[in-house]
Amino acid sequence: MSAVSVSAPKKVVELTVDGKAVRVTDGATILDACKRAGIETPTLCYGDTLTPVNVCRVCVVELEGSRTLVPSCSRKVEDGMVVSTDSERVRTSRRLVMELLDSSVDLSLAPDAQRYLADYDAKPERFGPDAATVAQEVKVDNDLYVRDYSKCILCYRCVEACGVDHQNTFAIHVAGRGFGAHISTELDVPLPDSACVYCGNCIAVCPTGALMFKSEHDMRADGSWDESRQEVVQTVCSFCGVGCNLELHVQDGDIVTVSSPDDHDVTRGNLCVKGRFGFQYVQSRG
Amino acid sequence: MDLRFPLAEPTEAERAAIDAVVGAPGNGNGRVVRGDRHRRHLLLPSLRAAQRRVGWVSEGALGYASRRLDVPPADTYGVASFYALLALDERPAEVLHVCTDLACALAGAEVPDGAHPSPCLGLCERAPASLRTVAGEAPREIQLPETGPPLPQAGEDGLRLLRRIGAGLDPTSLDDYRAHGGYASLTRALELGPEGVRREVSESKLLGRGGAAFPTGTKWEAVARQEASPHYLVCNADESEPGTFKDRVLMESDPFALVEAMTIAAYATGCERGFVYVRAEYPLAHERLEGAFAQARAAGLLGDDVAGAGFAFDIELRIGAGAYVCGEETALFQSIEGYRGEPRNKPPFPVEVGLFGRPTVVNNVETLFNVLDVVAEGGAAYARTGTEGSTGTRLFCLSGHVERPGLYEVPFGTTLRALLDRAGARPAKAVLLGGAAGSFLRPDQLDLELTFEAARAAGATLGSGVVIVYDESADLVAAVLRIAEFFRDESCGQCVPCRVGTVRQEEALHRLASGATLGNELETLQDLAQVMRDASICGLGQTAANAVQSAISNLDVLVPGGAAP
Repeated sequence: MSAVSVSAPKKVVELTVDGKAVRVTDGATILDACKRAGIETPTLCYGDTLTPVNVCRVCVVELEGSRTLVPSCSRKVEDGMVVSTDSERVRTSRRLVMELLDSSVDLSLAPDAQRYLADYDAKPERFGPDAATVAQEVKVDNDLYVRDYSKCILCYRCVEACGVDHQNTFAIHVAGRGFGAHISTELDVPLPDSACVYCGNCIAVCPTGALMFKSEHDMRADGSWDESRQEVVQTVCSFCGVGCNLELHVQDGDIVTVSSPDDHDVTRGNLCVKGRFGFQYVQSRG
Repeated sequence: MDLRFPLAEPTEAERAAIDAVVGAPGNGNGRVVRGDRHRRHLLLPSLRAAQRRVGWVSEGALGYASRRLDVPPADTYGVASFYALLALDERPAEVLHVCTDLACALAGAEVPDGAHPSPCLGLCERAPASLRTVAGEAPREIQLPETGPPLPQAGEDGLRLLRRIGAGLDPTSLDDYRAHGGYASLTRALELGPEGVRREVSESKLLGRGGAAFPTGTKWEAVARQEASPHYLVCNADESEPGTFKDRVLMESDPFALVEAMTIAAYATGCERGFVYVRAEYPLAHERLEGAFAQARAAGLLGDDVAGAGFAFDIELRIGAGAYVCGEETALFQSIEGYRGEPRNKPPFPVEVGLFGRPTVVNNVETLFNVLDVVAEGGAAYARTGTEGSTGTRLFCLSGHVERPGLYEVPFGTTLRALLDRAGARPAKAVLLGGAAGSFLRPDQLDLELTFEAARAAGATLGSGVVIVYDESADLVAAVLRIAEFFRDESCGQCVPCRVGTVRQEEALHRLASGATLGNELETLQDLAQVMRDASICGLGQTAANAVQSAISNLDVLVPGGAAP
């Protein structure tokens, strides 16, 4: 057993958020401080199990003394910081970020994004009917999950989950540049020809439904997908001895998708191909 | 990590080209063997080598570079597809890149069939310009026209940065460099000691010449104080701001000065290794720098014991592959390290966490050239040239509608009008100052004093010293659209404000230009300018609306009912 950590207790940092004094431990982010102060901050690329990449810029806040706004998800707190989260400047940037995203990406299956669009009174139609989008065909190249990059906001979460943050498989990366940047396997080869191991941990972190169980995709296509008829059943995976917690999403007595809780110590939201996709035997009625 | 390398095999030529960069494979039969890891920084040089050999980056080359450097193929593909000059589809060994950017457009640039349009090639004084790349056993890159007009100020007194070039220095000879006073500054620096050099640089009040105007002395002090080691020195020579060619001229015509200045910077800040990151479009600069490094090494002026003074320093040339954003210092680090050139979030700043995560001094070429005189004369004496807030002289790149285009050196405080007169500018309808990230000025604004402080007060920037003159015949709408296109093309795509904002900006400008407007374009452009400036990760996005906004507010370009184009 490893030794008990006896490192010095962390320093407490005091900052002001929207006029309120907030105390958090050193190393925390402005986002952590906002949470502590009970202030809701919109986030899209931020994932609680992932390294912040601060690319969506919807979480920006105004920091006194800073020329630009700063991303709250990754900016570390410092003593004496004065932060505003609801100034006109902040609201304008958040609104524009949502307008830019909604005018270029299909956000229809991104509930958080839908909420922010309303919260910030975004008017994506202002860019006109000819605004460029990332609309494209859904990639269906295997039986387990589909990739609909017309819903991709390029949050990098799947890349991080496939890489060192979770899976260490490195099957996908961001390729291309600018508006043409996209998530890709090497040379855009289909998933079965790539290094993908079908853990589905990318699906678990995708905030917009761009990555989706094929089962869900097919049910949505034939109109049978209905979350109001679904319940979540907690269980433990039966395949090996690790003991991953499973959340079975069940509709009309059939398992339709599987997830694992982010806050579970064993999985941190992750599963392997068996836990994620190996549920058909449960409902084999042959 | 157990990577999968499913790609095709390389040809023998590709294998040899990549092996020449990363070394022959060990006993692992081409698989990664111990010692091959952690050399990811050789990824871009490997891909470049393969392309220079066969003309493009094939599946086999991509896979072989990945395997040799232990980089996942998807990751390598992400890197290869980031750079505009790397081709992932087969193409002829010989390719012509034709500049269609600001100065070349004014000179009537046309792209022939089969050629590739290119952003600014940094040959604005000899516009229209192009770059021919020839792959093969003896790969070549040729800048066209091959030679430009001579230095307009050649033979003049009072030149500092251009002194040796103006006096006819032979850029291929260390002896000639010495004969022109070369290496006197290093001798003086060794007498002053590292702290003394830093003190002189601080007293000189030298500000960075790359565009951000940060105090060089402050930067050097900050790195020198860092306990983490090693420290790195990076010379940012990725000059890509449209209209800029000053660093190219310095590197091509006075390369030993850069070696000497970097040696002094390294001595003052405790760096044992330096990198010069030069854009791929400057082949003559690459050749001259490699030549200078080799001669300096042979003369004991680079290496384990520089000039017998007991400190080690050497310089490595790194070459880009077509990405404006890599001139942003943290994107430049990413590029050297073998990643996509995506800027990092700051803080932490490079002085603490820079190249390979270590404290790093990053200086522009022109900034480093100034260090030679600062050390030789002393900081206080140096600061007597120029103004209180902007000391020394400044290089300006004159192009467009001028009789004598080229590189000019003037003391800070000279007016823009005086500079234009020297270059024989035709009566201007507008002047673009500072480049695509700069701003358009009106004819009645030309009495602007060229200093950092006066430019700032006028809501402009000197940027990288670009001055492009537009006379009455010029099409300013076309210029504004080209700038918008440039930023859309060069956005790395990482953050939403810049990735989508630059597209929306270009779309709105095209609607205004065509007359098919929605009626809200000016308000939309202003909102886009604000979100890009306020919420983009790096300087590219933060300045992507500068010139566009200045054209609208200063010149009424594209304003419905405003001035005719």
